[in-house]
Amino acid sequence: MHSFSITLQYIFTGIAVGSIYAMVALGFNIIYNCTGIINFAQGEFVMLGGMFMITLTTTWKLPSLVAFPIAVALVVLVGVGFERIAIHPLKSPSVLVLIMITIAGSILIKGVAMFAWGKEPCYLPHFSSETPINFLGATILPQNLWILGCLAAVVIVLAWFFNRTLVGKAMRACAHNRDAARLVGINVKQMVTLSFALSAAIGAVAGIVITPIILMDYQRGAMLALKGFGAAILGGLGSGPGAVVAGLLIGVLESLGAGYISSHYKDAIALVVLLGVLFIRPAGLLGSAEIQRLKKF
Amino acid sequence: MKRILAAAAIMCLLVSGIAFAQAVAPEPIKIGAVFAVTGPASKLGEPERNTVKMIEAEVNAAGGIKGRPIEIIVEDDGGVEANTVNAVKKLITNDKVIAIVGPTTSGASLAVKPIAEENSVPLVSCAAAEKIVNPVAKWVFKTPQKDSDAAIRIFENMKSKGISKIAIITSSDGFGSTGREQLKKHSPALGIEIVADETYAPADTDMTAQLTKIKASEAQAVINWSVVPGQVIVAKNMRQLGMTIPLYQSHGFGNPKNIQACGEAGEGIIFPAGRLLIVDELGADSKQKAVLAKYKADYQAKYPNDQVSTFGGHAYDALWLVLNAIKAVGPDKAKIRDYIENTKGFVGTGGIFNFSAEDHCGLDKSAFEMQTVKGGKFVALSSVKEEVKAKK
Repeated sequence: MHSFSITLQYIFTGIAVGSIYAMVALGFNIIYNCTGIINFAQGEFVMLGGMFMITLTTTWKLPSLVAFPIAVALVVLVGVGFERIAIHPLKSPSVLVLIMITIAGSILIKGVAMFAWGKEPCYLPHFSSETPINFLGATILPQNLWILGCLAAVVIVLAWFFNRTLVGKAMRACAHNRDAARLVGINVKQMVTLSFALSAAIGAVAGIVITPIILMDYQRGAMLALKGFGAAILGGLGSGPGAVVAGLLIGVLESLGAGYISSHYKDAIALVVLLGVLFIRPAGLLGSAEIQRLKKF
Repeated sequence: MKRILAAAAIMCLLVSGIAFAQAVAPEPIKIGAVFAVTGPASKLGEPERNTVKMIEAEVNAAGGIKGRPIEIIVEDDGGVEANTVNAVKKLITNDKVIAIVGPTTSGASLAVKPIAEENSVPLVSCAAAEKIVNPVAKWVFKTPQKDSDAAIRIFENMKSKGISKIAIITSSDGFGSTGREQLKKHSPALGIEIVADETYAPADTDMTAQLTKIKASEAQAVINWSVVPGQVIVAKNMRQLGMTIPLYQSHGFGNPKNIQACGEAGEGIIFPAGRLLIVDELGADSKQKAVLAKYKADYQAKYPNDQVSTFGGHAYDALWLVLNAIKAVGPDKAKIRDYIENTKGFVGTGGIFNFSAEDHCGLDKSAFEMQTVKGGKFVALSSVKEEVKAKK
């Protein structure tokens, strides 16, 4: 193998892994923007997406194209239901209380998933062939292309939604200033529900496309959420483009670190970079210090 | 008056009858069990709990031991060491059990090793780590095969194929890192050189970076030491990178679900494991065949939704060691301990146990059978040849 191909392989690997971090980070950001809290159940949305897809395609024998939107819709239902039952009824909850609620939600969802799907990792076939694609000596799985495609689709849809639609703009208004948004007649509570629906959907998409590669079990979500959270912080909490850039960056750094330095310190390398960036830019790569100062958390 | 007397007499009879019944109903023999029925290790702990409950029902249906029923008190430690310590103390002081089966995990077993010693209660662990029985503790035994024997069996197989330079890739959790230690410790003696040593976190989603590095090295084979999902991802990533060198896995690979998950990438993977997986293939001359077939059939009949696993097998072996001792010497802690220590030729699911004062595990490397995946099934790797070697 040429050293060029090897480097290329590391970068491919990093981008594939980073896309998932990016999608999880996007989910964190949407809820953070609307509510000012970190939704610790975000990883569970990812896990549920994969699990529902497995049940729909293997038990119910639905074709992938049909199962995909149904699985996403089911996770959205869970996300909205969780928000409606646990968060919506609260009059003026403190950030800390809300965060505690999401932690409780995460534990609950994990427990239910354990009973529903058991403890063994479940398996989902690849969307298309499993034959690797060779590109200049490096290889990539078709499934990795699916992951990249889904990330691109999610980014495009979100960009269109937040910049071109009235509801999207209303959500952005909530993100900038909740009280002002309420004054101009935006129903902030509805926006919060919507933000849970959106981030549940993104989490589900991430979970569905990654399951064929990583397998899914009931406690997988937490670890994915941790990396995604790192990406959200590195990119600047609340920044959409930041989440994507930081997610991919962490993925590539991990992969290059494992390849050229040592796989024993793979996670440490990514974390050192994260700390270094936060030291120089406390608001994250693309985050704004101005906005951060206005947030409670 | 007569009626009252009669009633009183009947009452007396009834009461004394109850008292009489109580006097003859023999007190159960209490045995404790601590398993991680919940928590991350529940994949191991649940079949263990199921297995001991199954044996309890079986023994009691057959009239118990010398007319006394057995009672197995199962505590769930959730795989958390502090809970294990409490559970074991409770079993010893409150329930006054005469022996303990479990715990499930290595960390928990090491945590309660001194407690079993202090209280002089025989404890048969279902966890793998060698430290549980090395150094030998007077009251502590274990049933799973040793990590070091798994490593040695892999190296022996490599040598027979003329492989001398290898790469190892291990997960950074407890199972993977002890495996890494054993691989590094035993490779020099068997003339195997480790030319690449890579690790990954248990929840990692992609190992192509590490494997690309291995591909560029001069390794002739790869050993992966981890549990799911790492063991599946490594196999798939190797296929993705077009790597054709053989992949060896640890004894943790022995789960039929892995075959399905690996798909084509699973074919040809070589790993050491107990013989439970290939019980249907074993020849009639295999001493373990009857035990394994019975355990598998019983378990599958009682728990149709659960798949029989080697973990439940460890509990099966542990409990039967204790029960055999009770049958032979009665419910006396010290005598039970002595009996287990002197047990020879006990045929269990994990292998044939020969305990001694120096060896509280009782299994040697012949407990492992080298297996491979062929046509979507686990099969013994040239079973005849391997049997002969193991006997030597």
